[in-house]
Amino acid sequence: MAHVLPATEPERLTVLEAIPTPVWVIGLLLLIMPALANNFVLFQIFGWSFILGMIALSLMVLAGYGGMVSLIQMSVGALAGYVVAILGTSGIPQISLGWPWWLHIPLAILIATLFGTLVGALAVRTEGIYTIMITLAIAAAFFYFTRQNYSIFNGYTGFNNVLPPALFGIDWRQAVPFYYLTLGCATLSYGAVVWMARTPFGLALQGVRDNPRRMSALGFSVNAHRILAYSFASVIAAVGGILIVWQNAQVVPGTAGIPQVIDILVIAVVGGLRRPIGPFIGALIYTILSVFSSDILHALGMSGERFKLVVGLGFLAVVFFSPDGVLGLWERYRSRAERSSRDLRPGGEAAL
Amino acid sequence: MGNLQNFSTRHPIWALVILVVVVGLAWLIIAPWPPGLEQAMGRKRIFLNAILSGVTLGALYFLVASGFTLVFGLMRNVNLAHGSLYLLGGYIGFGVAESTGYWLLAFPVVFILVGALGLLLQHQVFRRMEGEELRQTMVTIGISIVLADLMLWYWGGQSYQVLSPDWLTGPATLPLISSIQSNGDPVYLTYPRVRIAILFAAIVIGLAMWLVLNRSRLGMLIRAGVDDREILAASGVRIQYVFLAVFAFGAGMAGMAGIVGGTFQSLSPGEDTRFLLASLVVVIVGGMGSIPGAALGAVIVGLAEQIGLVYAPTYSVVFTFLIMAAVLAFRPQGLLGARH
Repeated sequence: MAHVLPATEPERLTVLEAIPTPVWVIGLLLLIMPALANNFVLFQIFGWSFILGMIALSLMVLAGYGGMVSLIQMSVGALAGYVVAILGTSGIPQISLGWPWWLHIPLAILIATLFGTLVGALAVRTEGIYTIMITLAIAAAFFYFTRQNYSIFNGYTGFNNVLPPALFGIDWRQAVPFYYLTLGCATLSYGAVVWMARTPFGLALQGVRDNPRRMSALGFSVNAHRILAYSFASVIAAVGGILIVWQNAQVVPGTAGIPQVIDILVIAVVGGLRRPIGPFIGALIYTILSVFSSDILHALGMSGERFKLVVGLGFLAVVFFSPDGVLGLWERYRSRAERSSRDLRPGGEAAL
Repeated sequence: MGNLQNFSTRHPIWALVILVVVVGLAWLIIAPWPPGLEQAMGRKRIFLNAILSGVTLGALYFLVASGFTLVFGLMRNVNLAHGSLYLLGGYIGFGVAESTGYWLLAFPVVFILVGALGLLLQHQVFRRMEGEELRQTMVTIGISIVLADLMLWYWGGQSYQVLSPDWLTGPATLPLISSIQSNGDPVYLTYPRVRIAILFAAIVIGLAMWLVLNRSRLGMLIRAGVDDREILAASGVRIQYVFLAVFAFGAGMAGMAGIVGGTFQSLSPGEDTRFLLASLVVVIVGGMGSIPGAALGAVIVGLAEQIGLVYAPTYSVVFTFLIMAAVLAFRPQGLLGARH
């Protein structure tokens, strides 16, 4: 069959050349952002978007590649934050152990990942909407437990004064260092997800999503793939959770309250669950809305407290009109634009 | 009865365990406690109160969860706005009871109003995305966010208490011995009358639902729809009407449960998610789509919550969660659920 192939093989692109131009532009923009934006925008809007985006990304991995909508991701992140506060230093010296950062950060990620894997092992016994219900119930149990337990989680008040370690002599809670820290973590997780989706494991996971019965007939363990996906997603959520705690300098039960848990789903769905970039877009929209909603609502003559109403209505509109989120809208718009330009071009589709 | 015999012949050990637990509980409830037991577990009055609170809380959970499980069983639609319907019903019921002064009047009004909202939701929203379970679930999440904020807007953040009518206020004396006085006279347990009434109402409603489901034409249609709705639709039944009726009924039940909840607890923002989660756990434990399962799950969850609250306050939530995890691990379809 070799002679059927065209004589000239398509040029093999190097990794750098394979990245399309818009990505370069956005990457550069993000890198020089501190020169363009003020500290508030860097810390509150971009920092928060990257973090929420990472946690929503961990949901996207499960929902988009694994077909499992898990609402536990925010709790996994909050648990990592709690472990950082408990093992590291905080404003509650009676509980915090004050271990060094190279010990408590990996341990936090490890413990949160174990927790996420355990929940996953329980959740994969169910399918579809059951998964949503069970993970939501576990997330609620986590919230109420942290609120009632005073010996480990310090109950209602949680932990305050949880600060990032002053690594390399930098105060990481300053706007610019924090911006680069979150940008770096977000880029790494994004890259990890893109890479994971192309590994044999990622491909098998997508196979399991599309047809579990066929995959298991081919000798793949359906449950093992799903549980491993939970582990992978938990690592990303755990890193995001630690960053949230550093940004707020505190971790309380409300960090993973029911509204926050639902918010992650809203962010991921609004951005789009099919591509890893979706959650970040959703997170950016969400943070911009939440920061500026009171101004916008005031301008429209309404009370500034109706932020949730705006988010809820926006979410409803997206779910109603574009199940693939904002990304889906964009893709639909682009394919329509392409079609119309092709039709107009002489010698285009019409001539074929 | 046939089911019961089947169960005892197929699982003799489990039947024995259940029998022992039931008899033990009955003895703990009826007999006066010997002093040794009182030393180990505290006063009997506290135990009895925990049991009764658990059962009445279970009755409330049943009222909320029965509509949820029915809607799920028939339409495969997880209505995550169910808690919002509960809270909305409670608020409306509070308004009606306050302005007219008739507590009982609130029930039909709320049933009709919230049921109509349910009709609207089913007809305008869920029918448009039939079979797309995930999308329906997302839409219900969106609706619950919007409803929660609208209710916060209108009723504010304070908590409301629906006042029970005079004939239901005050304690009732139950024929249960709480302790023996030194002169040998038994002391009988007293318990709020309104809670006893709610318990009876829940039992009556549960029986009525069972009768309708098992002894009427509509119930036959619903059961057939739960088993296989495509065949039911193909055999000429206007299944959309059945869906509408069931959804409206489930919504109305949630609304009425809101009045009940507002009478013996209180209504405030956040109660919607609390009762949504309670319904979730109840139907996961009891089995999706099964009314007896919802009753069993509600009583188990209510008891676990209240007994936990008395004997291990820090971990009462964890008990509920552990029960759910155990059911999921050993019987994923729920205690009385059918495997699909």
